[in-house]
Amino acid sequence: MREFVNGAELIARAAIHAECNFFAGYPITPATPILLHMLKELPKVNGIAIQAEDEIASIGFCIGAAMSGSRVMTATSGPGISLYSENIGLAIMGEVPVVIVNVQRMGPATGGATTVAQGDIQFMRWGTSGGYPVIVLAPATASDCYDLTLKAFDLAERFRSPVFLATDKEVVSTHTTIDVDRFQTQAVRPRITAPIDSTFVPYRIANLSDTPPISHFGGQHTVRFTTSSHDEYGYLSKDPKEVGRLNQHLSAKINNHLGEISLTELDHQDGAETLLISYGITSGSVREAVQYARNHGAKVSSLTVYSLWPVPESHVRNATKRVNRVVVAELNNRQYLHEIKRITKDVQEVIGVTRVDGELISPEQILSEGKIL
Amino acid sequence: MTANQLTTYLDAELLPFPFCPGCGHSMILDKLNEALVQLQLEPKKVVMVTDIGCAGLSDKYFVTNTFHGLHGRSITYATGIKLANPELEVIVLMGDGACGIGGHHLINAARRNIGITVLVFNNLNYGMTGGEHSVTTPPGGRTSSTLLGNIEQPMDICGTAAINGATYVARSTAFDKHLTDLLVSAIFNDGFSLLDIWELCTAYYVPNNRFNKTLLDETMSSINFPAGILADKKRPELSRALRDQWQPGTDDQPLTSKSIDKKYDHQVAHTERIIIAGAAGAKTASAASALCRGAILSGLYATQRNDYMVTVKSGYSISEVILSTEPVNYTTIKDAHRLVIPFSEGITKMQPMLGRLDHSQALYINSALLPVQTAAKLYIMDLQKTGKKKEYWTIMALAEMLRQSKIYPLGAFIDALSYRKEYAIKNIEAVEKSVNLIEPG
Repeated sequence: MREFVNGAELIARAAIHAECNFFAGYPITPATPILLHMLKELPKVNGIAIQAEDEIASIGFCIGAAMSGSRVMTATSGPGISLYSENIGLAIMGEVPVVIVNVQRMGPATGGATTVAQGDIQFMRWGTSGGYPVIVLAPATASDCYDLTLKAFDLAERFRSPVFLATDKEVVSTHTTIDVDRFQTQAVRPRITAPIDSTFVPYRIANLSDTPPISHFGGQHTVRFTTSSHDEYGYLSKDPKEVGRLNQHLSAKINNHLGEISLTELDHQDGAETLLISYGITSGSVREAVQYARNHGAKVSSLTVYSLWPVPESHVRNATKRVNRVVVAELNNRQYLHEIKRITKDVQEVIGVTRVDGELISPEQILSEGKIL
Repeated sequence: MTANQLTTYLDAELLPFPFCPGCGHSMILDKLNEALVQLQLEPKKVVMVTDIGCAGLSDKYFVTNTFHGLHGRSITYATGIKLANPELEVIVLMGDGACGIGGHHLINAARRNIGITVLVFNNLNYGMTGGEHSVTTPPGGRTSSTLLGNIEQPMDICGTAAINGATYVARSTAFDKHLTDLLVSAIFNDGFSLLDIWELCTAYYVPNNRFNKTLLDETMSSINFPAGILADKKRPELSRALRDQWQPGTDDQPLTSKSIDKKYDHQVAHTERIIIAGAAGAKTASAASALCRGAILSGLYATQRNDYMVTVKSGYSISEVILSTEPVNYTTIKDAHRLVIPFSEGITKMQPMLGRLDHSQALYINSALLPVQTAAKLYIMDLQKTGKKKEYWTIMALAEMLRQSKIYPLGAFIDALSYRKEYAIKNIEAVEKSVNLIEPG
């Protein structure tokens, strides 16, 4: 069974499938189609979709709704992520499950509204004060948009954390033929809520890497939420012991569970000495390059990274074990290359293949700059 | 009072409030507590939302739910909370600082009539950061950032909220003996309520301006900011109005799979790369979409990548279409097998490629755009003479391209053009009008 769809529609479909019942967004090219889909579809399933007055309000609405029990999503592009920035920090600090779709366009600033780019890779990870981790998933195709939107909701619930879906103008707006049967239909796990009949302490955890169960406004408990450094009761705190524990927890609850988050796909060829690493739209060009190279007698492996942050380090190390050259292809100024270099110190040569003129990296460019053919 | 009535909403273990001696915040919070006791709201159904500034320390002392967020954004969280659960009583406690940094949210919350209550603890300056001026600092007011006296016009918070549709608006001072009643009415109101409560900042504004209770009232009247109830009306409340628009059980189901099943046979050996270079507003993308759907109906994989200027009704509109027997990974076309150009906007954009084309490649072009410098095989069409509107020219050109190239049967294209029923008849008429458009030779 085949369909002709784009990523925007599949993200919206997956969100509805994931029982997302709250969406707030502000129009911005090329993310607007997601807002429009959600405004059209959510009223049919008794959900709330609203166009906010700006991006700050969009994510503010989502955060308030999430703490009142909604499953929430918002969508924007780079300039909008800039305006989300402070509230992303709030969502980290207050531990709010929220899915943020970033349809990347060319930057900096307003850049090229209708032009593809992958320039927000480090920005999504480091774009709020404090430097605490978020989760970033990157679909490479329209079908991936469906699967990874489900995964994004699932991880947001699991870790009470903002989860980015790092898409781009091409993945979201290019129509493509998909085989529907290939969709994963994995259910999103329910929110982990505090038992009704027990005393509720909003931020109490046994171990640093635990995620505290949630209780919603209007439920059986009195709930305290705060964006400031706090004790387990949600009261403002300056006690170094409490603050230190809280901040270590915010890192540990994500970084100690890499196994649950890491998602990559290795296309291994025996005897290959070169590994191509890519993510998002650039993976399509890599796939094409790999096919071409193999048809012409070259041996090459490729790794598609679906979970960009936290960096799936063990996956990358495994994939690079027997190669002497790694090629990282990305539509930016070598942003992920640095992460790969950091964890592949034993590899003889690590090359970046990039393009920042608004065009996609071609398979030919990968083959030649990657010294494959 | 009956035995199970609440006598306070404050947490006795945490009191007293942490504010400076004489600060108005404590007075307002005591009155708010009185109002809540009068209203006897279930504490678990109340959410106190605060942000940054001294007023932001208030939520802690209430036995209700609390949300402490970013500076100036409490109205946005409150809106989200109320939208998600209309049963909740959501009360925002914010300072005059938040009316500056978050003034936009204030206007929009009023306009939407979202059912929250906003209490502005208006002490005419930034008390927490060192007594800087705020949007409400009165004319001449001396603050640490208006050392020579404030020369900016103060913001009329109430006027702003009222004129933008807030359904309950009142101004008072923290000393006002009617404040508790105003608080009760504001919370009781279904829609958006705003109270602008003027008070003394004894740490900064009072010492810097020899300010006092009497001057508070005098300043208010000297700048013609009236006290009392300034709006009290009924209008649909947003969280409920949105729910009134719900369409459960509608025939128009949420986005579901619309599969395109193979019905025709194609004649593509491996891959066909087709660029349609048209004009924005002339259905380039939708015609290209039909070309793709027709291909899928014929058993092919199709991708369509669009490029256009930021404006949607002027300039070029390009669709790159790849039809292949295998899934397509790379959706950009460097050199097309077929180039379809019905409009001048398209030819300008395609100029660099035209020079590269050779005789193995085909150019389907509107005769009005000739002459053209290219080595490609030319298929010339006089689209003007069909008498059809420009918005059908791309469809006609594609129909002729299909007749000529036989990539897949025209029937598949017609089926695809009928995909959206409201356009089907006119689209099919255009296809019929396009027969023999390509000029012989």
